[in-house]
Amino acid sequence: MSARRQSPWVVLSAILVYIFLYAPIVVLIVFSFNSSRTNVVFEGVVNQGPCGPFFWYCEFFKNDDVMDATRNTLTIALTSTFFSTIIGTMAALALQRYNFRGRNASETMLYFPIVTPEIVMGIGILVLFSASFGWINSLLALAPDRRLTMGMGTVIVSHIAFSIPFVTLVVRARLHGFDNRLEEAAMDLGANELTTFRKVTLPLIAPGVLAGAMLAFTLSLDDFIITFFTTGPGATTLPIYVYGLLRRIVTPEVNALSTIWILVVLIVVGISQWFQNRE
Amino acid sequence: MFQRFRENRGLQGFLLILPTLIVMIALLVIPLIMTVITSFGQRNADGGVIYTFTLENYWRLAGFTPEGWDDLYLRILLRSLWLALQTTIIVILMAFPLAYFIARAPERRRNFYLFLVLIPLWTNFVIRIYAWVMILRGQGVLNSTLGMFAGMLNLPFQPFDFYPSQGAVLIGMVYEFLPFMILPIYTSLEKIEPNLYEAAADLYANPVRTFFRVTVPLSMPGVVAGTILTFVPVIGTFVVSDILGGRQVILVGNLVQNQFLSARNPPFGSAASIILLLFTLALTLYYTRRFGLGEEIAAG
Repeated sequence: MSARRQSPWVVLSAILVYIFLYAPIVVLIVFSFNSSRTNVVFEGVVNQGPCGPFFWYCEFFKNDDVMDATRNTLTIALTSTFFSTIIGTMAALALQRYNFRGRNASETMLYFPIVTPEIVMGIGILVLFSASFGWINSLLALAPDRRLTMGMGTVIVSHIAFSIPFVTLVVRARLHGFDNRLEEAAMDLGANELTTFRKVTLPLIAPGVLAGAMLAFTLSLDDFIITFFTTGPGATTLPIYVYGLLRRIVTPEVNALSTIWILVVLIVVGISQWFQNRE
Repeated sequence: MFQRFRENRGLQGFLLILPTLIVMIALLVIPLIMTVITSFGQRNADGGVIYTFTLENYWRLAGFTPEGWDDLYLRILLRSLWLALQTTIIVILMAFPLAYFIARAPERRRNFYLFLVLIPLWTNFVIRIYAWVMILRGQGVLNSTLGMFAGMLNLPFQPFDFYPSQGAVLIGMVYEFLPFMILPIYTSLEKIEPNLYEAAADLYANPVRTFFRVTVPLSMPGVVAGTILTFVPVIGTFVVSDILGGRQVILVGNLVQNQFLSARNPPFGSAASIILLLFTLALTLYYTRRFGLGEEIAAG
């Protein structure tokens, strides 16, 4: 599109939408410096202890529950991203480059989670795990401390399942303009399948795979509903923890956490952008 | 050498997709089948499931309870559909100008503007709703800001009761799903050839006419994709209504969640879940057939 001057109405409405998008973020950050513990009214900037205005940030690092939840969230997101990126990329290659029996059926099945409400998927997995764990536990007569229960494992597996279709979509979009002749040329020049994949295919699809992985990571960090139904003892994630707090009092520690979170993401994305620009 | 591998390509393709198939069958197909089986069952006294075949749960959802006619669940379903529809329309109206603005901005700034749309998504879903509680509640940011302005103008001010309410739920839904509409609409708008605008101008179309005859039709794939990405999650979520509605706004999602966690009636919850799924599938199928396939879901 041509970059000519825009109508002032378009600019004005764009600014208003941006304000709407950022108002809650600004409120979150401002209230992380609140001196009131109940966090309803902003009662001035906190100045307490050695951390001064960053009191709630220090409290956050001292709070074991929040730190555990942060650790669980990151473990789940990293593990599920790793597996869903590999599996989803394989599926994208298969669908875009190969013809095989059951291709159309696989494609339909892959798009199904995107149009399925998350709660339906969450409920289904809960029904499956609770029934099968019950059967296995009674069949093997496992001791109470060795019984299968919901926990990190079930959450990770569920996150892998709902991320795969999104990874596949993103990688496929990248493969769409892929020139097959590049691979044929490599093989004509004597490269075997593995070398061709490593030296030609992978570098070409790498940006798509990276984008897919970032999407999977974001979805996993942000997920509440599926985690809610598949979590168990010892697998409390941040969203679950905050949701539990909402029934009581949310202290500014949660605001401090969100502020740190936004900063970390900005730094990570900034670095990756810088690397991309350098190439 | 390539020729020799060609014969095996069917097998190669199948092996590449096999892990995905295993995961999808284990965690999507089998769970759905088990949900259907459970929905035909009955609860026992301690919240377990007795596997029989009864349509009782579905009749109850349709209003025919053992105690007589009760349209409670029909009203919940209609309320969810209505809220999803309202959310989608407001989101389209808000997303369009911003997507248009980004698509017509100088090329080197577009990524930055898009990035600004994405940053709020990287806080957390639950934390974003909590931020709206802080804004909307009685002593919250909105009321104190309004009170401050009223004070400056010496006007009497009565704090509004924004939260909890159905309006607050609507605001929360719009906020959560707005970026998922902006991205696909932007992707569609960005693809429009500048020549088309010049051609329209050469043919004496004024900007308004150009907008409705060129921009809007060509943005439809993005709007369709964005609508699916908004409507499907809105109709199934229970978190926004739970937190911003203060448990007064019951949606299908809340119904399902309650049956599994507090009412301990998995068969009835499963039936509600299956009805929710069928509704969503029917609507998206109709919508994509009517307006073309949402190819640009990928862009979101």
